[in-house]
Amino acid sequence: MRYFASKMTIWRSGDPFVWLSGGALALILLLLSGLFVVVTVNGFGAMWPKRTAKLELRSGDIVLGEIVERELIPPSRTSSVEAFRLQVKRGNRDLSGSDFVWLDEAEIERISYPEEAVVIERRQWGNFYGFPARLLWRNDVVAGAGDGSWRKLEKLLAEEQNIVRQIREIERNEAAALGYKQEKLRIEIKELEKRGAQSARLASARLRGKALQREYIELEQRLQAKRQLLSGVLEMRAAGDQLKRIELAEIVRIYQPNAMSWLERLLLCGQRIIEFVFDDPRESNTEGGVFPAIFGTVMMVLMMSITVTPLGVLAAIYLREYAKQGRFVSLVRIAVNNLAGVPSIVFGVFGLGFFVYTLGGSIDELFFEKYLPNPTFGTGGILWASLTLALLTLPTVIVATEEGLAAIPRSLREASYALGATKLETTWRIVIPSLVPSILTGMILAVARAAGEVAPLMITGVVKLAPSLPIDANWPFFHFDRKFMHLGFHIYDVGFQSPNVDAARPMVFATTVLLLLIVLLLNLSAIIFRARLRKVGLSGAL
Amino acid sequence: MFKTAAKYAAQELRDLPPESMISDANEKKEPEELISAAAPSSIRAVRSAFLEVRNLNFYYGETQALRDVSLSIEQHKVTALIGPSGCGKSTLLRCFNRMNDLVDDIRIEGSLRLGGQEIYSREVDVTELRKRVGMVFQKSNPFPKSIYENVAFGLRIHGAKSGAKLDEIVEESLKAVALWDEVKDRLGETAHQLSGGQPQRLCIARAIAVEPEVLLMDEPCSALDPIATAKIEELIHELKLKYTVVIVTHNMQQASRVSDYTAFMLLGKLVEFGLTTKIFQNPDHEDTLDYITGRFG
Ligand SMILES: Nc1ncnc2c1ncn2[C@@H]1O[C@H](COP(=O)(O)OP(=O)(O)OP(=O)(O)O)[C@@H](O)[C@H]1O
Ligand SMILES: [Mg+2]
Repeated sequence: MRYFASKMTIWRSGDPFVWLSGGALALILLLLSGLFVVVTVNGFGAMWPKRTAKLELRSGDIVLGEIVERELIPPSRTSSVEAFRLQVKRGNRDLSGSDFVWLDEAEIERISYPEEAVVIERRQWGNFYGFPARLLWRNDVVAGAGDGSWRKLEKLLAEEQNIVRQIREIERNEAAALGYKQEKLRIEIKELEKRGAQSARLASARLRGKALQREYIELEQRLQAKRQLLSGVLEMRAAGDQLKRIELAEIVRIYQPNAMSWLERLLLCGQRIIEFVFDDPRESNTEGGVFPAIFGTVMMVLMMSITVTPLGVLAAIYLREYAKQGRFVSLVRIAVNNLAGVPSIVFGVFGLGFFVYTLGGSIDELFFEKYLPNPTFGTGGILWASLTLALLTLPTVIVATEEGLAAIPRSLREASYALGATKLETTWRIVIPSLVPSILTGMILAVARAAGEVAPLMITGVVKLAPSLPIDANWPFFHFDRKFMHLGFHIYDVGFQSPNVDAARPMVFATTVLLLLIVLLLNLSAIIFRARLRKVGLSGAL
Repeated sequence: MFKTAAKYAAQELRDLPPESMISDANEKKEPEELISAAAPSSIRAVRSAFLEVRNLNFYYGETQALRDVSLSIEQHKVTALIGPSGCGKSTLLRCFNRMNDLVDDIRIEGSLRLGGQEIYSREVDVTELRKRVGMVFQKSNPFPKSIYENVAFGLRIHGAKSGAKLDEIVEESLKAVALWDEVKDRLGETAHQLSGGQPQRLCIARAIAVEPEVLLMDEPCSALDPIATAKIEELIHELKLKYTVVIVTHNMQQASRVSDYTAFMLLGKLVEFGLTTKIFQNPDHEDTLDYITGRFG
């Protein structure tokens, strides 16, 4: 009996409960930080320039590349002795077919890290690992191996990269704008022809078309002239002694990882991160940057927030303030709450059926008939994707707003009424301002949910590679009908649809970190704003 | 500066003596109102009755909260409503500014008049009525806005624009509740930073900023400490120079200190109504005596 009593006291003291709840929290924190660490290490670890190993095999072959992983060979396949194998990123896909190779440690004679080993990041075919042989310019040998050719190479490379940048700039801006104009004109001419308009207008349009054509040829000539300037070639010797000619214009970056100091590595790592965030993707998204995906994600989330917030807030206000509280309203509330449990792909299907086909189709028929049969809004685009996600996150915003409404004390409304305010005035001047923190909470939750959603987007407008951003310099600047790229889809695409999974893996992790950071950033700004509101009061902050 | 004509009237009348204020205010009202005000009334208990309640019955759905209540409240006097919990004091008070309208399923019989005008008539604009009959609640309930905006809220609702005039009224109202010196340097800060009796005084300032004729107070000090209570009581003495005050209180000392008239209610009925001195020294009813001496069960 005494024993029982003492047990009761322990439980009653509350300590076990504190430990239990604390433990639950600790477990969650552990899991979350574990996830974050794994993702960060894998994602940004790959940005850090690794040393390049020269592996001499017993068979006499030589492999040059980065050692990526060391793992235990499953014991069943060899004898019971513990044996390891190495995964080596040897690059040179154009020579050997694949970037990665597994080597049993037992086959390896010697591993060394030669200072002269060079890594070249190329625009195509991935990395090249080898030793520089000769530098050629217009087929003349400028520098040979080992005679201080680095200086010349750096200078020449910088020049050519500059030209390449200019060419890309022209292609991206002027050529794109010209193409856009030509397309517009083509439609106009088609339209005029169909209507049988006066020949004078048609003739003028055709004249303009000719002018554009001339402009285009001129531009093409300019580009050609620039391309002519690119004639440097670096001859490289691969580990297997083959020679490979690499045009300087193809080179993104060239470095000697084994000769680099710690600071130089850090610099290179920073450069790569910047490239990752601000550049376009290369090599079917497995290399380069993810800027278009960042842009698409942020723009889509913003468009979604702009749509879902007023809609959700107004619906919640009606539900709680105006509707007569009864069975019907309870039913609506239950329905709204359960909407949050509908699989997101179902929302996607609805978005496709309603927004894209029905709404978009009608818009096309009404306003963009001249473009048909090419759809304008009748196909997936950033607008429809945002609206679909707005629908998806609507319950979140409604629930958060309703909770906020319930938390506003009755006395506050009574005070307003007692001063002669009408219901509308009370709602506008007292209820909604007091509601802003709750609305922001709803938005934070909605953004977090929407930014990570992939499935509904895949059928409402996301693509693997979008030719242009939804905002650009061409009138009317905002192109809501355009397809867009998205970080979440990028992860799926690069991670699971890519032909070169090993090469793409760091990209998957880095993109995940980026997506997390963006959601964090969006939320943090809302949280800071909310905290300020709570502290200063609405009239102080606005 | 102000949209409504009534506001103009109130502004101009600010500095006039109270006597001319009634007549003036009445002149601005509809003619029929004047007629009804002039109509002879036989049951006028007090001279120059301002708020008149006649045979009032009040129902929350099926339950009757007020039973045949009749009383007359005099202008520029403080009238206290006392009685045990649930006897209908708040209900009666909230009839004067029609706050009961916010409750579903209520029913009212009888007559309630403010300056001769029927409060529950169809023509009455409730927002105008509430401007004339201000209210202070049991728990202070400042808006989550700045101190300044709290006081200016009622004026803005009735069409005031920002400007020197508004600043002046805010300052005057805050001075009237002796809050000005404490907050004049932080008018822009949120009202939730006020403490002690300050929020309640702010609520009073907010109520009087629109220049009401009647001020209803429902247990305004019940959540305050004795020092803050004393300040509010002092304030009530000053307020009655300009306003007609009706106060609900559970504190007998308070009722006797601040009020000129006292109404004692029990189970929805008005048991006794008269001069405070009379009620507290020599009540007619035994129930009243029992209640004020604390013998009431
Ligand atoms: N909204 C309402 N719906 C239904 N009944 C109500 C409502 N408000 C008050 N009542 C009832 O009406 C009666 C009078 O209530 P009232 O609030 O006027 O009492 P009170 O004298 O102010 O009491 P207290 O001193 O506790 O404030 C009570 O019996 C109460 O239960
Ligand atoms: Mg009460």
